[in-house]
Amino acid sequence: MSRIEGRFRELARDGRRALIPFVTAGDPSPEVSVETLHAMVSAGADIVEVGIPFSDPMADGPAVQRASERALAGGMTLSGALEIVRRFRVRDDSTPLVMMGYMNPIETRGCGAFADAAAEAGADGVITVDLPPEEDAELCDALRRHGLDPIYLVSPTSSDERVRLICERASGFVYYVSLKGVTGAGHLDVDAVRGNVRRVKAATELPVGVGFGVRDARSAAAIAEVADAVVVASVLLEESEKLADRPEAIPGRVAEHVAAMRRAMDGAS
Amino acid sequence: MPTLANEPAEGRLIGAFPDESGHFGRYGGTFIAETLMGPVKELGEAYESCRRDPAFQAEFEAELRHYVGRPSPLYFARRWSEKIGGARVYLKREDLNHTGAHKVNNTVGQALLAQRMGKRRIIAETGAGQHGVAAATVAARLGLECVVYMGEEDVERQAPNVYRMKLLGASVVPVTSGSKTLKDALNEAMRDWVTNVDDTYYIIGTVAGPHPYPSMVRDFNSVIGREARTQILEQAGRLPDAVVACVGGGSNAIGMFHPFLDDPEVRMYGVEAGGDGVETGRHAAPLSAGRVGVLHGNRTYLMADPNGQIIPTHSISAGLDYPGVGPEHAWLKDSGRASYVSVTDREALSAFHRLTRWEGIIPALESSHALAYAERLGVEMGADDIIIVNLSGRGDKDIPTIAALEGIEA
Repeated sequence: MSRIEGRFRELARDGRRALIPFVTAGDPSPEVSVETLHAMVSAGADIVEVGIPFSDPMADGPAVQRASERALAGGMTLSGALEIVRRFRVRDDSTPLVMMGYMNPIETRGCGAFADAAAEAGADGVITVDLPPEEDAELCDALRRHGLDPIYLVSPTSSDERVRLICERASGFVYYVSLKGVTGAGHLDVDAVRGNVRRVKAATELPVGVGFGVRDARSAAAIAEVADAVVVASVLLEESEKLADRPEAIPGRVAEHVAAMRRAMDGAS
Repeated sequence: MPTLANEPAEGRLIGAFPDESGHFGRYGGTFIAETLMGPVKELGEAYESCRRDPAFQAEFEAELRHYVGRPSPLYFARRWSEKIGGARVYLKREDLNHTGAHKVNNTVGQALLAQRMGKRRIIAETGAGQHGVAAATVAARLGLECVVYMGEEDVERQAPNVYRMKLLGASVVPVTSGSKTLKDALNEAMRDWVTNVDDTYYIIGTVAGPHPYPSMVRDFNSVIGREARTQILEQAGRLPDAVVACVGGGSNAIGMFHPFLDDPEVRMYGVEAGGDGVETGRHAAPLSAGRVGVLHGNRTYLMADPNGQIIPTHSISAGLDYPGVGPEHAWLKDSGRASYVSVTDREALSAFHRLTRWEGIIPALESSHALAYAERLGVEMGADDIIIVNLSGRGDKDIPTIAALEGIEA
């Protein structure tokens, strides 16, 4: 059983929802990223996501874009992101970790070489934002060979047929994009999300996480009522940005946000 | 005359690519986030049905004739050819199209498609501003809302075109992310599209992006090569020995090349922006000095570092300042059917002046790259040899850039 599957089983047993916060690797330094990951786990994260910075994050909003720019300005690379995962695993062998990024850095490294390195570093799943099932044969096979879960996005514009196609390939969990837009947008419609999560659940036994548009404790709690997991990124990256001149304060500040969401979600479930 | 609905024939290249999944060999494809997969498939189906619809084709051709002013002339540049010495060079005068460049062929086609799809809002990215102007123009003509994304740096260096777009009623949004140029404008347009998919049509200005854009934009621009082929047969009684076109994303080049693909005697040269020189690293020549990767929805040659990050490009010409290139060009390069070369800023600028002074034609800096290579090629050829250069746009928009570079007082 993968770490991700195991974690969702524990949560289901306890009647809780997963909270999945996000860090852009190297924003603004590898040390801060590693500390932030640990702080998020202490604050109640069940799974963590590590973003691989890319120069052209087409599907992301300004918060992720700027976090990527900060990380790249600090010299972050795909290898650097894998090193952050490795360092996180030194002190935490139980929290599932998902890497999220775009195809070009991965393909440049080579799908097989990347999967090998990601598994060796201690990652559990990979989301490749710009790689739909139609184009993913090589990477998906490589990930599976190395015991990694390929995690896919499903969106409000995905037809039932596409939802089925995606769910057939997915493992770990399915990531439902809560709105038509980029990460960090603010027009979340919980009723629409509820209906769409139901649509995904009809196609798979896998847990369904929801992200893109979770901004605060209230929206986290609302999403926790309709989904198995809540993914949050942009609002945390905005905090990181505000503390650009005091990076040592980033892990603590991000953890406060995660803890507030955790409390709100547990109160709601 | 076969137009948009070319079907593959045995052993022929025209109509053979892309395959059903939008690939040109290993290039092309659909590398986009899931939210755009539905809209892109819907676009593919809508385009496929229009491509096969004689009424759509007739409407497109009528627009090209009466609104764009096609066919554009094929002009024998006698004085320029003689002064250079060597081959006879003909210019395909896309600079004489309405709005002053080949870009309008594509925007007319895509705007008609948008209208058929019931979309009321047009978005576009632009580098030099030629595609933005062409999009704003057709939006005005059809009464559609138009938003153009343009890198902040390009907004400054292409001020006349920014003003033109605004006069035409478009909103111009300066893009401040990343390198603040064309690639970032494309990212931003994609973000707009994913947010407003219900009522918005995204007119990509080049043969890049996810399937079906590379083949759709090619089809709309292939009128260039079809006309040129007919015209040279009329004027010279035979096909050219070579066709030459500049390549940024590659839409004017593919428009010129495509109809000649099955004429093996016609050599094809795509001319990339060599900037300060390919050896300096400051250039925009992914086919000459790039690596294969995935950007903006397709797999192609890119300007990227060893870690897969897209690197800044440099060219005197904003319209060529793009780190990728259409996937069909990547395929044509690998297959050997077309050759890709580069010329520097300096060479392009000097060809710009020569054509201006010897023929009374002010070419765009983009097109000046093709002219510079045609000069290099022409002197190695004989006086009976024929080159067609795609003069893809006029240079009025570049006058402030050139004046600033050369210190000419207005």
